[in-house]
Amino acid sequence: MATLALEDVKKAFGATQVLHGVDLEVADGEMIVIVGASGCGKSTLLRIVAGLETATSGRVIIGGQDVTPLEPADRDVAMVFQNYALYPHMSVFDNMAYGLRIRGLPREVIARRVQEAAELLGIAALLERKPRQLSGGQRQRVAMGRAIVREPKLFLFDEPLSNLDAKLRVQMRAEIRRLQKRLGVTSLFVTHDQVEAMTLGDRLVVMHQGHAAQIATPMEIWERPADTYVAGFIGSPAMNFLPATLTAGGTAARLETNGLVLPFADGPRAGEEGRRLTLGIRPEHLRPGIGGLDLQVELVEPLGGESVLHGRLADGAPITAKLPGALHAEGPLGVIIPLEHLHVFDAETGKRLDAQA
Amino acid sequence: MPGPMSLQAPDVDALARRTRARQRREALLTHASLVVGVLIFAFPIYLTLIGSTHDVNTIGRGDVPLLPGGEAMANYSQAWSAGGGRYMGVPAAGMLLNSLVMALLITLGKIAISLTSAYAVVFFRFPFRMLAFWLIFITLMLPVEVRIIPTFQVMVDLKLTNSMAGLTVPLIASATATLLFRQFFLTIPDEYVEAAKIDGAGPLRFFKDVVLPLSVTNIAALFVILFIYGWNQYLWPLLIVNDRSLETIVVGLTKMIGGGDAQNEWNVIMATAVFALLPPVAVVVLMQRWFVKGLTETEK
Repeated sequence: MATLALEDVKKAFGATQVLHGVDLEVADGEMIVIVGASGCGKSTLLRIVAGLETATSGRVIIGGQDVTPLEPADRDVAMVFQNYALYPHMSVFDNMAYGLRIRGLPREVIARRVQEAAELLGIAALLERKPRQLSGGQRQRVAMGRAIVREPKLFLFDEPLSNLDAKLRVQMRAEIRRLQKRLGVTSLFVTHDQVEAMTLGDRLVVMHQGHAAQIATPMEIWERPADTYVAGFIGSPAMNFLPATLTAGGTAARLETNGLVLPFADGPRAGEEGRRLTLGIRPEHLRPGIGGLDLQVELVEPLGGESVLHGRLADGAPITAKLPGALHAEGPLGVIIPLEHLHVFDAETGKRLDAQA
Repeated sequence: MPGPMSLQAPDVDALARRTRARQRREALLTHASLVVGVLIFAFPIYLTLIGSTHDVNTIGRGDVPLLPGGEAMANYSQAWSAGGGRYMGVPAAGMLLNSLVMALLITLGKIAISLTSAYAVVFFRFPFRMLAFWLIFITLMLPVEVRIIPTFQVMVDLKLTNSMAGLTVPLIASATATLLFRQFFLTIPDEYVEAAKIDGAGPLRFFKDVVLPLSVTNIAALFVILFIYGWNQYLWPLLIVNDRSLETIVVGLTKMIGGGDAQNEWNVIMATAVFALLPPVAVVVLMQRWFVKGLTETEK
């Protein structure tokens, strides 16, 4: 159990810059989820913390100690791999005990720790089995057990749930969260799945092209995304974006598609009249009604209690709406934009524009 | 139900009969061709076995007996403890031991060297790694026979002629086995290495605890192939060893056959040939399960 700090961690593979300086402070016992599309550098960041990759520059500090020059084994971290990396010729017990044996712990201590971890994970009956005799979910538990018995300062999860089927994934997700809270071990969890990220993390790090686009709690990221990338990445279906311009005085935005003026509910934005903006509105915030956007609905996806409608505006821009009820038809539909749910971004930089105090 | 379905229904029995008849014909044909194949391979060995049970004059007359004679004990005990043929006096027991030691040294040496060199090439990053690999690889193109004169010169300079070391060392360096282990090691997931690094296992520990156990079936398959390769060596032992106490059974066997100026003791020669057959056969039979597993296993 320890804190973790990353200071301006950069990584380049040859001429390719993968990480452009990431800073992160993790409190003791906190669960941080690093989320992003493939190739954003999230796994590289995790591997730098583990010591499996060397950062080009920057520092990794675990529990107040600079571990940047240390080998993975000397950092006192445990890692759960995507494909579990269980040794196929060793029994479950031996797999879990391996790291402890190398560290030269007494036999009784090893047996006790493995037994405790196995009971915690509900795999005590499987200790004599070989990994190939286990199901995917059981292998996942063994991989977790191997990390737990080490009693490390830091848990590192590298997309551990992506090899499981959907149902098991939801179940293991909850279990990992429960275990992590119970053990209180500081954890880093890498995933590309935004639902996993939202449900697991105390805080999220949304990675984009080697930068940490936003570091905040899940709800804050959902409610106040820092830029259009984060806004579009977190939330399903993805947020709708509409080009607009700022009106005189900065109190409202004028939609480019139909000239509709949308006053800001929370106060004026800085800038000249005509400043180019991107407005964001989540599909679930759109409501049917007249006087907003006129959609031509092309596809209806009923989800039971609600439906996802895929439509287009007159100028061809796609719009997704999530509306209650299952009785929706394809064809023309009017939706209104609730002003309190409007997100305002700068069109050039994509950064969020907040109301002036 | 009317229509084509109901018309076809009565034909099912006939169709099933036809299928059974075809399956029987096919089974007969495959077995017949297998039996012919087995006979072609087994007949010379049968002749050798029968020949080793007759006295020296039966074969000397030019007869090829097809039924066992009564001299088996005498022939085998002469071959085992006294030898026979042109030079007389090199018993099969000693030659078998020489062959066994040579084959085992070659096999174990090859496996040890190729395991470690493949491990280095696959799991470590060092300067000229690929150069080292390609240097090993191109020796594939230089079999013992091609480099036999320079190798002999080296052994003479090292004063290793007429020694077990001289007999085995030049045959040990092996590109084939290195290549095979390299290909296998490449299939070991990177995560095993990384998990071991985080667990704190050093390179030797990882080799011993993970790589070796995973390679067991491959090692067993190679053991069979290499043991037979070593056992059958002829040209190099013929060249490097003059001392008859170091003679191997394959070389000794050919030396028993004369140049035509005297009658060959075919009964003893054949008994010796049977002795020479037994160890490779034993290795194959004992290791067959592992051997097949090593060639076909895809578990992981």
